[in-house]
Amino acid sequence: MAEVEVQTVKGVGKHKKEFLLPLLRQMQLIRRFEEKSAQMYGLRKIGGFCHLYNGQEAVAVGALSALDLTKDYVLTAYRDHGHAIAAGMDPKAVMAELYGKITGCSRGKGGSMHMFDAQRHFLGGNGIVGAQIPMATGVAFAQMYRQQVMDRKDTGVTLCFFGDGAIHQGAFHESLNLAAVWNLPAVYIVENNQFGMGTAVKRVSAVEDFEVKATGYRMPGITLDGMNVIAMHDGIKAAVAQVREDRTPVLIDAKTYRYKGHSMSDPAKYRSRDELEAYQEQDPILILKAVMSDAGMIDDEEYKQLDDEIRMIVQEAVDFAESSDEPELATMYEDIYV
Amino acid sequence: MAEISIRDALNQALDEEMARDERVFILGEEVGEYNGAYKVTRGLLDKYGVPRVLDTPIAELGFTGLAVGAATVGLRPVVEWMTFNFSLLALDQVINNAAKMRHMSGGQLSVPIVFRGPNGPAEYLSSQHSQALQSLYVHVPGLKVAAYATPYDAKGLLKTAIRDDNPVVLLESELAYAWTGEVPDEEYTIPLGKADVKREGSEVTLITYSKPVRMVMEAASELEKLGVDAEVVDLRSLRPLDEEAIYASVRKTNRAVVVDESWPVASFGSHVAWLISRNCFDMLDAQVELVSSEDVPMPYNHTLELAVQPSVEKIVAAAKRVLYME
Ligand SMILES: Cc1ncc(C[n+]2csc(CCOP(=O)(O)OP(=O)(O)O)c2C)c(N)n1
Ligand SMILES: [Mg+2]
Repeated sequence: MAEVEVQTVKGVGKHKKEFLLPLLRQMQLIRRFEEKSAQMYGLRKIGGFCHLYNGQEAVAVGALSALDLTKDYVLTAYRDHGHAIAAGMDPKAVMAELYGKITGCSRGKGGSMHMFDAQRHFLGGNGIVGAQIPMATGVAFAQMYRQQVMDRKDTGVTLCFFGDGAIHQGAFHESLNLAAVWNLPAVYIVENNQFGMGTAVKRVSAVEDFEVKATGYRMPGITLDGMNVIAMHDGIKAAVAQVREDRTPVLIDAKTYRYKGHSMSDPAKYRSRDELEAYQEQDPILILKAVMSDAGMIDDEEYKQLDDEIRMIVQEAVDFAESSDEPELATMYEDIYV
Repeated sequence: MAEISIRDALNQALDEEMARDERVFILGEEVGEYNGAYKVTRGLLDKYGVPRVLDTPIAELGFTGLAVGAATVGLRPVVEWMTFNFSLLALDQVINNAAKMRHMSGGQLSVPIVFRGPNGPAEYLSSQHSQALQSLYVHVPGLKVAAYATPYDAKGLLKTAIRDDNPVVLLESELAYAWTGEVPDEEYTIPLGKADVKREGSEVTLITYSKPVRMVMEAASELEKLGVDAEVVDLRSLRPLDEEAIYASVRKTNRAVVVDESWPVASFGSHVAWLISRNCFDMLDAQVELVSSEDVPMPYNHTLELAVQPSVEKIVAAAKRVLYME
């Protein structure tokens, strides 16, 4: 079993501005997008379960920046707006999906929980806790299969995101064993935001650090700081390189925190203000901005300009969703069989 | 008589049965400290503590199976599934274990357990979260299945289910938890296997159960405006099924419309429609109609999702068809 090396990051590490600025942009875009989603939910433009990603931006952005989505794949759960944007999906298509419009990425069929973009290798957007884990394992299996049976070179790796709540599903345990036994190129990432709905991890889990679960499945287990996008990027980059090389799976425990309630209807009374504020002090966007500014890569002026641009992009997404058509009634019979 | 919600009626039933029998315990996701995803179990953790009220990990197969095991040796668990969509993960324990232990052991074992939670569509939840899955459960010999649409029925049936020595699956609905109605102050139970005529009428029988009951009652009012006197039969219990109540009504009206919010193919509604066609053949003046959801996964878009489901208009139209009023 190969050990994956994880560098600890201080400041900007070895990274240049050209690399870091897009990460800052993406995190800022996700944050503003989610703020807008909440606002539009309040105006009842968006309905149902809407799970926001505020606070967790560094996980998706850091991890996906380590991929090559021409060959790698990504699967996640219902808290998926951030991953969709980090995978390069157009915020317009994501917002229009939230509005249930025909121009949405899933033609108004999926809504908040079911963002998909097959071309960008983003396979959802799954509403059943843990259900994407066996599927992701199957995608990794296909990558192994193409390489072994069909003689393809470098078929990529699969990143599978799921919450701390999902780790107790049989689906997780069955999948990791399969991935280890069959040497599948999968990176399993627990977005450990400390809560599954109103349930704190320690109330329902025998262990609070999930790295140890890797041991039982003969794979490396790594803990990463999910509030630090550089740490996430570097950690996943190293893990992915190792997986590409060895074609064996890895489990990552990314420690993070969600700022909002579980979904729009959850007042989140089960945690203290102090706890929330402590995390907001290590906000992933603020951290990156601070280290970049220490390194002379960005000043307040430039950041403000970036934020203005992003607000425009988000507003355009809303305008697009507003002005898009509703799906025709007959579309209900479409997209069921090929 | 007090006017309370279905949510509170269920809460009272759980509370009374837990007080009455210390073998009764509740487990499920968010049922304790969060007081239930839909607040049905509010206050019960405070009152009864752990392990009579247990917050589980998200592990439906595991905690459902655990409850089946505990029931097999004499405890009386009430399993709350956050929704029936997630009960699919536990289906093996329900169908292969809970429903089979009595039979496979030649009558030695019994599994007194209740599985309950919201079933069927709510709003804006797309395909994985909007499924009416009762047909899967009612298909299985060894399970009992019931559904309620009023606080009175909810309380009486849940109490009976908890006292029943068999596995009982109870269908609730998210949108109906807030519906209110009168519930007696004194204790009562409602037997499984007894339908309830929610509205007497003589010209057409509308048969339904669970959340659609309310919509069917509205359709009956609409029909009244058209001069049609409709009878509404709320089955309440799907298995055992009160066939006699259905036939008695159809004998009177000679026309039947079955309303079931699940998909039409191989559904419980289609089974009821077949029973009527077979057993009331000589009394029927028209084909039996089935108003179901469209045969499609649920779309997120709200206009589409409403169009997919039964509606007052669709029920009235079906009634008019069997009355040759079109
Ligand atoms: C199989 C299943 N059970 C229950 C639910 C209801 N549910 C939705 S999200 C959730 C909590 C999941 O928590 P976690 O995995 O930590 O993800 P997070 O919401 O924190 O991102 C629950 C219980 C579900 N969607 N699927
Ligand atoms: Mg979580």
